Amino acid sequence: MAAVGRTHATRWGVLNVVVVLYALFPVWWIAALSFKDPSTLTDGNYIPTDWTWENYRGIFETAEFTRALINSIGIALIATVIAVALGTMAAYAVARLRFPGKRVLIGMSLLIAMFPPISLVSPLFNIERIIGIFDTWIGLIIPYMTFSLPLAIYTLSAFFREIPWDLEKAAKVDGATPAQAFRLVIVPLAAPGVFTTAILVFIFCWNDFLFAISLTSTESARTVPAAIAFFTGSSQFQQPTGSIAAAAVVITIPIIVFVLLFQRRIVAGLTSGAVKG
Amino acid sequence: MSTRARPAATPPPPEARTEQAGPDRAELSAGARQERRLGWLLCAPAVVVMIAVTAYPIGYAVYLSLQRYDLRFPGRAEFVGLSNYGAVLSSPFWWDAFWVTLFITAVSVAIELVLGMGLALVMHRTIFWRGVVRTSVLVPYGIVTVVAAFSWQYAWTPELGYLAELLPSGEAPLTEQWPALWLIILAEVWKTTPFMALLLLAGLALVPEETLKAAMVDGATAWQRFTKVMVPLMKPAILVALLFRTLDAFRIFDNIYILTAGAQGTGSVSILGYDNLFTALNLGIGSAISVLIFICVGIIAFTFVKLFGTAAPGAEVKR
Repeated sequence: MAAVGRTHATRWGVLNVVVVLYALFPVWWIAALSFKDPSTLTDGNYIPTDWTWENYRGIFETAEFTRALINSIGIALIATVIAVALGTMAAYAVARLRFPGKRVLIGMSLLIAMFPPISLVSPLFNIERIIGIFDTWIGLIIPYMTFSLPLAIYTLSAFFREIPWDLEKAAKVDGATPAQAFRLVIVPLAAPGVFTTAILVFIFCWNDFLFAISLTSTESARTVPAAIAFFTGSSQFQQPTGSIAAAAVVITIPIIVFVLLFQRRIVAGLTSGAVKG
Repeated sequence: MSTRARPAATPPPPEARTEQAGPDRAELSAGARQERRLGWLLCAPAVVVMIAVTAYPIGYAVYLSLQRYDLRFPGRAEFVGLSNYGAVLSSPFWWDAFWVTLFITAVSVAIELVLGMGLALVMHRTIFWRGVVRTSVLVPYGIVTVVAAFSWQYAWTPELGYLAELLPSGEAPLTEQWPALWLIILAEVWKTTPFMALLLLAGLALVPEETLKAAMVDGATAWQRFTKVMVPLMKPAILVALLFRTLDAFRIFDNIYILTAGAQGTGSVSILGYDNLFTALNLGIGSAISVLIFICVGIIAFTFVKLFGTAAPGAEVKR
């Protein structure tokens, strides 16, 4: 019996290792590249033999990268805050209130979630040029916000449906004012859902590449994913491999941190929004 | 086990109840009217933003697609009817890109479904390390596509990459059409299988343990339990995952842009649209391509809903 248990455990152990390696190896590999000295880049080792911070120092010395990093953080944060604020309002209405047109709203956000971004690139490019927001923060914030709104509405309305709203009533019966009931009962219950949604939206904005390369033309609004694609080496004879690897690690870190800290919530948010929506 | 996905039995969403018993308009109470107004008020900002940034531009794209509009000669813009569409649809570039996109979509979604189901089963059933496994699986989903694409590109670069080393020396798979297409699919599968797996994992939570036990007692093999019990119960989740991933795969751009930039006949329709706009600066043709892609996506979505009679996500899941 014990032997059977052990083979069972070994099998799961092997499977788990395979899954973890599959998921993490490409990430580990590019991180290893970023710590390699240019002369050892092609040595084929999976662990750098001479660790060096040179690639990181190199990218942070250029205005190109630091500027792009600031753009990425600023644009993603602003778009997230606005999308989550508008999404919370709409999701509350969808989850709690009766009003005609709710179906239309859900259908419409579903449509937008499936919209091919490239279809918007050519009209947005021209519209933004004409009204003068091409290559500005606002010019990226607006499309990011729009594309993340359906995501926010779905995940939040799924979260909101699971909140026991009767508690609010109970608090009022116990003598709380409506404001108190909302602040002390509903807000703490809703906050985790709102926060999770914010993380998902942030990841979404942080990831975008197509809008970032289409709706910007200079450093003034170009985000890191776009900037990396345009990296050139410090001389024309040098491949920018080390710099790209270092930049890649820098923009991967926030995502890894989020995933490590909020793994359970992210899973709950993704699946509740998509399957139970 | 708190890491388990939440219990499956979801109550029907509120609107299912309200719309059947819709109150008569005449006797709408003041409270109900207030509720309506609040509902509209709360949704209005989101609706306005979504319409302004999608409906209006797509309309504008249709308008632009009917113009001869080359940014190098903006003065010569004029209405040309459907001739841009004629030019695109009779061009081999469009059809090459179209078939490449369809190929990548079909193959990668098929692989992802199988692999994702495997991953979901591992995540669902594994006894130890569950947290570690789930966290690791989320990393490819979260990581920036461009970063992942660079990792794969370097992996296949001769002399630099660990995967290129496995090939006979002198091979550069990214410079040939078929190898490059498969590598694009590999990159896409690596990046998005976790998403598929997570949706399927949520579906697995819909399968009651007792039903599986009962099937086991009745002598069903593992495969029979999977195909006869789990898959039918998971069907809504599977269809949603398939629909999401198919539409998403059809707009593939980042991976191709980094891995091959669309060279050697590996460009997708999105790459073609981008090139026409930013390399050729032809807004008319670019917009016609945009509209065609939009129509393709619409057809895919429609086919899914019709073929499988599925409740689209957002609608109530029919059981």
